[in-house]
Amino acid sequence: MPSFVNPEKCDGCKALGKTACQYICPNNLMVLNPDTMKAYNQEPDQCWECQCCVKICPQQAMDIRGYADFMPLGASVIPLRSSNSIMWTVKFRNGSIKRFKFPIRTIPEGTAVPAAGFETPGGLDDLALFTEPASLGLDAVCAPGAPTWQKG
Amino acid sequence: MNNMETVKVDTDILILGGGMAACGAAVEASYWAKQNNLKVTLVDKAAMDRSGAVAMGLSAINQYVGLKDGENTIKNYCDYVRNDLMGITREDVVANIARHVDASVHLFEKWGLPIWKDENGAYVHEGRWQLMINGESYKIIVAEAAKNALAETGNEYIERVFITHPLLEGDRCVGAVGFSVREDKFYVFRAKVVLAAMGGAVGVFRPRSVGEGAGRAWYPPFNSGASAYFTIKAGAEMTCQEVRFIPVRFKDAYGPVGAWFLLFKSRATNAFGGNYMIERRPELDNWLPYGHVKPVPANLRNYLGMLDVLEGKSPIYMKTEEALGNIAQQYKDDPKAYKKKMKELESEAWEDFLDMTISQAHLWAATNTQPEEKPSEIAAAEPYFIGSHSGASGAWVSGPKDLAPEGFFWGYDNMTTTKGLFAAGDASGASSHKFSSGSHAEGRIAGKAMANFVVKENPALAEISDETINKYKDMIFKPITLFEESQGKSTQADINPAYILPNQFRMRLQKLMDEYAGGVTTQFTTSKPLLTRALELLKLLKEDSACLGAKDSHELMRCWENYHRMFQAEAHVRAMMFREETRWPGYYFRSDMPKIDNENWLCFVNTVMDPETEKWTCKKIPVKYLFA
Repeated sequence: MPSFVNPEKCDGCKALGKTACQYICPNNLMVLNPDTMKAYNQEPDQCWECQCCVKICPQQAMDIRGYADFMPLGASVIPLRSSNSIMWTVKFRNGSIKRFKFPIRTIPEGTAVPAAGFETPGGLDDLALFTEPASLGLDAVCAPGAPTWQKG
Repeated sequence: MNNMETVKVDTDILILGGGMAACGAAVEASYWAKQNNLKVTLVDKAAMDRSGAVAMGLSAINQYVGLKDGENTIKNYCDYVRNDLMGITREDVVANIARHVDASVHLFEKWGLPIWKDENGAYVHEGRWQLMINGESYKIIVAEAAKNALAETGNEYIERVFITHPLLEGDRCVGAVGFSVREDKFYVFRAKVVLAAMGGAVGVFRPRSVGEGAGRAWYPPFNSGASAYFTIKAGAEMTCQEVRFIPVRFKDAYGPVGAWFLLFKSRATNAFGGNYMIERRPELDNWLPYGHVKPVPANLRNYLGMLDVLEGKSPIYMKTEEALGNIAQQYKDDPKAYKKKMKELESEAWEDFLDMTISQAHLWAATNTQPEEKPSEIAAAEPYFIGSHSGASGAWVSGPKDLAPEGFFWGYDNMTTTKGLFAAGDASGASSHKFSSGSHAEGRIAGKAMANFVVKENPALAEISDETINKYKDMIFKPITLFEESQGKSTQADINPAYILPNQFRMRLQKLMDEYAGGVTTQFTTSKPLLTRALELLKLLKEDSACLGAKDSHELMRCWENYHRMFQAEAHVRAMMFREETRWPGYYFRSDMPKIDNENWLCFVNTVMDPETEKWTCKKIPVKYLFA
């Protein structure tokens, strides 16, 4: 059952239209049971175990029980994603634990500016795309004859 | 189904998809649309933050040319791609992506993606073209810029709408139809120009894990052939439909091997300690000139390992313990530095999995695997259709005016042979090795070209009659109608003489492709008689697709996804049958034509399906290189 929901923690996202897991699943797997107001994975054999649902769940109600085809029981890989980093707790079948923390972004969420401060001097018929050539770090888009095209 | 609401959306530039290519197109098209008073609409079957092949994240950016620092030239990249694909590549398209891709990477960094830097501030390379990143949120960051670009310019983003068919008027693509997977709504999009950027195809072949693990494909199971169907059904010429990709990855969970091979310099050996890359080197002489290039093409590396498997020398192991031991050896006189280095390496090795294939970290933990203690099995996965990686299947697109050889340019970069229909990322063919960053760059190229198309050609929006709309609506929702009408025929919803459910239909497709078209079961071997049989069975399957049944909108999406996969399957079978040689032996092997034939087959195989009659034709197109 790849991703699954702990009924004691899931609050159906307080029924605010759609649950977080339902919002994010790239394969449309998560649904809310209107009777129990708990989410569930409607098609476990199409789950990629990408953990997008696990990472976004505000209640930390979701986890993965690895694919039954080949995954021995007893291990877990739990993400804790914050605004700028992610901490992973890897629990082995033999009980040992590893913990890793990695950065996930360098500027605050929502602040990505499409042009990123680069000018776009050219027009529709120029080779340069939006933000180019500045975003390339070059004076012009590379074309035959330029030193970056071919050496010698 | 006629009480279902029909939502009509008119736009200038219609972007279909929400992955890397679509996000690149959104950023680019939004800018030029604003300059020229055009409207952009992006339609995604998922939520853009986690849509497409980068949904889980990535641990590396695989295409960075490094032009600004003179690290490489465009020719270097074209040579690499041409050789890896055994000579079959559109160098004009590859060069066009290569000259823009660095800008995408620099933008990602500005948008907040952590790219590893060394003490001098230079990017840390995993290999010649690969950069190391902390990529858990790679897609969220790229999507954020795309969404901001659309929002700033008053454009439109519609999510959870699944596109099923192109709309055509004469020789032109004029829009698309689809449905909401969350609401009772049928969508009709009219547009002046359309981009297909809906990813590649997984699940055409039977996966190695067939139970609950069927979703554990290396490439995501939700990339279901939508681009291929959309372009094929729009009558666009397709290329390299025979060039599937089979990655060799850590067995079962499909964790990445790139860092192990490139960064940690690991070896792979068979169960008896033999290194197939050395022991089978003479085999490379049979695949010249590509057998002698460095690096050895991916499919030939696969092939040498497969020969070991065929001889019963499995399991094949990645010698992780040896690689880490070798690194430790360098620090043997300095225990403190050794401890620090090992901690760093351990973190890098685990992040590689955690960023992009979490199941692999889970599998290591569930099997108590410590990479410094014991090796891990690797194996070839199942075949995928992915124009952005080391496969090449996709639409045949116009090259750029200043680079395209004669016959390879028809007005606008990345326009397919169907007027007004563009393709990028996994949807465009013969331009392999663009990966995530190059797909984004190609989306940008297409985004600008589409704006240019609308400004220059200014086509009128097509008139779509109510009759046409109702025809599509009835056809698209037929599986639900059939399911509802047929419930009296059986006591069980999943066994009914009137219909087959989409998962059953998928398994039938996968079984026939696996057994006849060179899947895992036959060790990727096929032949003309097997392919002939595959076509017979595909014809029956296609007839039975009229009996697909669905209990709800989720299953309805699955019905159409599998319908799309079926066309990718047929294109693949026909192209493999047409090419009378074996050119990529580690991707598929024609047992009846077991050798490479450069004299007759150093060419593209292009396929076209007539949208009306659905009759296919295949033809040879000579390769034309930019570089000697």
